Amino acid sequence: MKTLNNLKPGQSGIVDRITAEGALKRHFLDMGITKGVAVTMERVAPFGDPVAVRLRGYSLSLRRAEAKKIVLEAGA
Amino acid sequence: MNGKKTIAIIGNPNSGKTTLFNRLTGSNQHVGNWPGVTVDRKTGHVCHDGVGVDIVDLPGIYSLSPYTQEEIIAREYVLSDELDGILNIVDAANIERNLYLTLQLISLGLPMVVALGFMDDVRAQGVQIDVAELERRLGVPVVPISAKKGENIHDLLDELAHGMRVPAQQPTYLHGVGAAIRQASDLLRPLPLRECSLPFYAAKLLEGDKELWAQYGGDMPRDMREQLDALAEGMHSHANSTDNEMVLADALYDYIEEVVRACFKRPKEHKLTVTERIDRIVLHRVWALPIFAFFMFLMFWTTFGPFGSWLGGGMEYLIQELISPAVQAGLTAVGTAEWLINLICDGIIGGVGSMLSFLPQIVILFFFLSVLEDTGYLARVAFIMDTLLRRIGLSGKSFVPMLMGFGCTTPAVMAARTMENDADRRMTIMLTPFMSCSAKLPVYALVAGAVFPAHQGLVVISLYVLGILMGVLAGFLLKKTIFREVSSGFVLELPTYRMPSFKGTVLNMWQKAKDFITRAGTIILLMSVVIWVLQNFTPTLAVAQDAGTSILGVVGTLIAPIFAPLGFGAWQESVALLTGLAAKEAVVSTMSVLYGVGGGAELTALLGSVFTPLSGYCFLVFTLLYMPCMSAFATIKREMGGWRWAFGAAAFQTVLAYLAALVIYQVGSLIL
Repeated sequence: MKTLNNLKPGQSGIVDRITAEGALKRHFLDMGITKGVAVTMERVAPFGDPVAVRLRGYSLSLRRAEAKKIVLEAGA
Repeated sequence: MNGKKTIAIIGNPNSGKTTLFNRLTGSNQHVGNWPGVTVDRKTGHVCHDGVGVDIVDLPGIYSLSPYTQEEIIAREYVLSDELDGILNIVDAANIERNLYLTLQLISLGLPMVVALGFMDDVRAQGVQIDVAELERRLGVPVVPISAKKGENIHDLLDELAHGMRVPAQQPTYLHGVGAAIRQASDLLRPLPLRECSLPFYAAKLLEGDKELWAQYGGDMPRDMREQLDALAEGMHSHANSTDNEMVLADALYDYIEEVVRACFKRPKEHKLTVTERIDRIVLHRVWALPIFAFFMFLMFWTTFGPFGSWLGGGMEYLIQELISPAVQAGLTAVGTAEWLINLICDGIIGGVGSMLSFLPQIVILFFFLSVLEDTGYLARVAFIMDTLLRRIGLSGKSFVPMLMGFGCTTPAVMAARTMENDADRRMTIMLTPFMSCSAKLPVYALVAGAVFPAHQGLVVISLYVLGILMGVLAGFLLKKTIFREVSSGFVLELPTYRMPSFKGTVLNMWQKAKDFITRAGTIILLMSVVIWVLQNFTPTLAVAQDAGTSILGVVGTLIAPIFAPLGFGAWQESVALLTGLAAKEAVVSTMSVLYGVGGGAELTALLGSVFTPLSGYCFLVFTLLYMPCMSAFATIKREMGGWRWAFGAAAFQTVLAYLAALVIYQVGSLIL
């Protein structure tokens, strides 16, 4: 299973589903992380965590543990 | 005047909401508090074309979910009957995510207008927007503006005064989910809900919104509830899903993508935006840290370094050397009683004045914080520092307040306002006092100089390190006890870099300064009087001949045995620690008064005989860790929203201080 956390800077993927629950799931949805949206890994913070991704024309930072809860479509 | 209405201005964080609010209302603003929370409630007034409009600035939110403090405030307000309409500010350069909130607002069915902001940014990127089509698809008036340049502000005011209208259609009635929401809206009619907002309630109840179910679920007739459940079930099974929150968010974003495709024409090739180019440098894996360190140094050095101290000293000179003697002379001339002169000059002007001497530093600090936040760099600070601070249960945004704590706890605690997560913010406020503030340095210098003449510097550094370690320890403790709630994590927008507006920055600084002065004039005034009375009267309310017989002295004698296990049992030390509550540097002056010696070498020599190296060190450890001065205490009370929190934090810090000094003294006595 490929998650957002597996992307290297510069790589992109398509969101398949999110496995988070509760407030985090709500927050993901509100920030536009929905099925079918394209996300690009932009960069990794100096200490290796969190990461910054680009989607829907803006940049979002999230921790690696959170990025693992965003499952990407297989292939590509 | 033909009428008067109240309008709420709502938008995403970083959507230019504050700039627009300032532009619309000018300096005609009032800053208050939302009941029970420390989020600012700003209201402004504008009169246009014979219509008076009160504008309420709601906190920046991404959605009407009931999770963050800001969302709860905004949601309660838009569902209340206080407002006549909504002004929704939308960042045209970040349109998809901004329209997500717009669609939710439309489902409230209130008169509305959309201000499409940052039009100049969008044009610079070569994007063309079909505003008429956007208006048609959303069903509400859309006014393209540039709040900074004042573009179309007049048109927007026209809309606010006369043109706002109820949404022509409900985009929430979308393919797939529309039928269910419409049926649920009809079902809910018997409930005491605002009729125009039924689509909002329907969508939220179908989603399983806990707050609304708790509020209305109980009153629902059984068949209504069953039919709602059936609709909710149908909604997600229709979409091959198990989760209506996701189904609905997908539907909203699908609709938004359709709208954006129809109304926004983007150039073929994607040009790197200015923000992306800046981030390549500022968030570079190697350069990010040095650049960040430089900015922090600049801020810290300007605030607490020569410039800030010079301004602070000037303020102190003004109050102590000019105002105080003038008042004294004036009062003497009109024959005021000596005790009253003493109270006014020493007690009140002295106490309030020592707090006001922080004012220049606070204004400078808030200048930097305001610029850091408005440019968008503050979010990057959090991004850079998050990993380090997460280990002690804080988040990246705690870094700036913690760093400021080394200068002065009062503004540092105020700086924690930039954190949106309430648990993180409270924890940061409670831990900031462990960062040794600059007022404690004279105490360290004096005592360490007296008992460790050869290793003074090392001892002082060890105290700073101990403060940080205790902060880390306290962080673990708090995380395991009162702040156990699961944090909402670190999902943070890295906003577009913007040039801060001069007007906004000045306004922000002025509001902070005003807030601070108000506090100095009320709570600090009161506390200064209390401390003065304690210092100058005996328990039988006669004038104390010397400090030892004053109430403070008696209390000091009374509590002195408590400190005996820590190695310093003399009443003078206890009294010095008590006066340290007024201001930490007062510990030094009190000791010199109580021991009846002048400052400097004389006091140093004397303390060398009063303290052993171990007891002297323990005295410093206690000074480092016990509750902060009254200025910081009053600020903590204000920011935490209650005495219970302020006293809780003070007790927590004092107990930790006691235990730390106790352990060091007892273990030290065994070894040495």
